[in-house]
Amino acid sequence: MSNVGGEHQTSHKPLRERSIGDEGALGEFGSNLISTPVALRDSIVRHGKPTSDRAKSQTIFSNFFLHILPVRTHLHAIKATTTLGLGVATFVLFIILCVTGVLLMVYYKPSVDQAYASMLDIMHVVPTGRLIRNVHRWSAHAMVACVMLHMARAFYTAAYKRPRAFNWVIGMGLFVLTLGLSFTGYLLPWDQLAFWAVTIGANIAQSPQELTDALGMTQYFDIGLWQKEVLLGAHQVGQEALIRFYVLHIMVLPVVTAILIGVHFWRIRKDGGLARPSHADASSQEMPALASEPAPLKSYGLMAMMKDKTPAVNREMRHTITTWPNVMYVIGAASMVTVLAMLLLGYFFDAPLTEMANPNVPENPAKAPWYFLGLQELVSYSAFMGGVAIPAIVVLGLALVPYLDREKEDVGLWFSGARGRRVTFVSGLFAAATVIGMLWFTVSFGWLRNWETTAHVPQIVITLFNPGTVLVALFAMWSVATVRFMNSTRMGAIALFTCFVVGFVILTYFATVHRGPNWDFYWSQSDWPVH
Amino acid sequence: MAADNNHIETSQRFAPPATRRDFLGLAATWSAIVAFVMAMLGALRLPMPSVFPESNSRVKLGRPDRFALGSATYFSKLRLWLFRDEAGFKAISSVCTHLGCVAERGVDGQYLCPCHGSKFDEIGAVKGGPAPKGLVWVDLSLSPEGWIVADTLSDVDPKTVLQA
Ligand code: HEM
Ligand code: FES
Repeated sequence: MSNVGGEHQTSHKPLRERSIGDEGALGEFGSNLISTPVALRDSIVRHGKPTSDRAKSQTIFSNFFLHILPVRTHLHAIKATTTLGLGVATFVLFIILCVTGVLLMVYYKPSVDQAYASMLDIMHVVPTGRLIRNVHRWSAHAMVACVMLHMARAFYTAAYKRPRAFNWVIGMGLFVLTLGLSFTGYLLPWDQLAFWAVTIGANIAQSPQELTDALGMTQYFDIGLWQKEVLLGAHQVGQEALIRFYVLHIMVLPVVTAILIGVHFWRIRKDGGLARPSHADASSQEMPALASEPAPLKSYGLMAMMKDKTPAVNREMRHTITTWPNVMYVIGAASMVTVLAMLLLGYFFDAPLTEMANPNVPENPAKAPWYFLGLQELVSYSAFMGGVAIPAIVVLGLALVPYLDREKEDVGLWFSGARGRRVTFVSGLFAAATVIGMLWFTVSFGWLRNWETTAHVPQIVITLFNPGTVLVALFAMWSVATVRFMNSTRMGAIALFTCFVVGFVILTYFATVHRGPNWDFYWSQSDWPVH
Repeated sequence: MAADNNHIETSQRFAPPATRRDFLGLAATWSAIVAFVMAMLGALRLPMPSVFPESNSRVKLGRPDRFALGSATYFSKLRLWLFRDEAGFKAISSVCTHLGCVAERGVDGQYLCPCHGSKFDEIGAVKGGPAPKGLVWVDLSLSPEGWIVADTLSDVDPKTVLQA
């Protein structure tokens, strides 16, 4: 209220006439005070108890955090065998990592002089520091494992098919980001393991030189060196690299990942929920009867959400249940199992921390984290092929799967039925035989370099023709043959994906157990020479 | 799509000449896009360092008379072997050309890398394993005061020797 020109204004009249003894403003204040908790609740949750279908729908619909979910969910989507809870587990692990990560940031110092000491502080001095660090580390490993299993689940249930093709591509982005988060986090403790794993990683970024050198064009176009310099801000892993990895790990990658997860979830909604087989809607088995009450306020919005041939009238309702509380129970259970598993792991097992980084003496053997060990085996044949070309081919090939296999087959069925199960099994045997055969051959007889006696084998030959590239070529041939003989692109895709999975598993196992000092073959760690 | 075009009025089959308004709209849109892309590229220039922490890569190793004839001296911080023989001085980096681990020089004068088993002979040529090229020979020179100086960032052709 302005008081222009200093003029005095008469006081306002009371809004209501009140007299003493009457239930005046004071009385109203009193009863407002008493009913404030209820009024507060009603202002937050603007609908009744979720007992009726309508209120249950509103619970989902009007809540910011829940409205990414549909108000009703198809029964197929909450069957345990549909998703195995892997997507939810991955998401929960991401949240755990964000929370524990922020806590670790309170004490962690990204400097080569202090990083290692701050890790020791966190492990030995900071209250609950050890548990938080352990949970952070184990969750990172678990997230990589879950994202891979989730991807395999989506693949084998053909969930990448139209209209979910692009969500599969976004998934590939999330897969790469998850690996990036793990890799950048790996350097931060600044111990020997970290230093040498990242030294190897950074030099893999430089390895395109292997190709440009062979072509004689490194002087003009040194993309390898450029990549390494951008990654490390130097030519060796040091303070510049630590800060860069820190920025990527705590800011850039988590933010991008969070945004992509949002898009991933949004598209699941837009694509009509999880992929489900056609018989899930046509089953003769009676679904639980539903007290059908037109629930949502904005039903037109919901119809637009469902990509289908006809608007979902009664047919859809028959096989759905209200999301609240049924799906909430499922998500809640998967989350609790995940959190509990991480807490138990963190409580009983300490995350490794070796000696402080020493740039002069490499770890022997210097092993990358388990999910990169398969690649490390390939890298030990050729840095460029194993570290850059083959991973790029695999990621690109996987991203293109939905575009190369567009067969309008039933989705939501594991292995697309009996034929696919057979193809998976036979391809698994084929891949196991070729990978084990290749490894046995390489360990027993070596490769080109070990055979050259007089003639020198040019590097380009070794780059292009080594056990890793031979394997990839064999896998590609196998899957093309499958497309041809089964006359189905889906079967070819299953063959290729299975080869990739089996190859990954065997190479990872082999590099973990059978590679020792100098990357030599040993039957077990107990045979390693003692220094 | 020729068949579809037949259903369209002749007047609509050919794009009408762009009006001044269309032109201005397109020009504005594209300049905004170009400006945005250039701004992004400019921003991305920042992480590309122009000065490296090891820019001062020339290091004094010592006076020539400190190294006996036939000696092999290891500078662990520089990861560098310095040899002196009749011909003069030579310096070989022990950083493996595969993925940057430090190769160990054995008693036989050969180098073995612990990370993926690359092998190099006494002059650093590849003998086995995944290394794509031989160990780097580092540029040596004499400072005005007569010290041996190694430039750890510049390599020379193998078998280049510094006479001193
Ligand atoms: C940060 C990583 C990721 C998170 C948090 C995540 C989360 C989820 C969640 C919660 C679902 C719902 C169904 C379920 O629980 O399985 C889902 C579905 C899906 N995800 Fe992911 N995901 C991630 C990465 C990936 C990757 C790597 C791929 C594959 C390349 C992928 C492809 C898909 C597809 C195609 C669906 C739809 C499945 C269907 O309709 O049955 N996602 N994701
Ligand atoms: S780093 Fe030396 S062999 Fe790989």
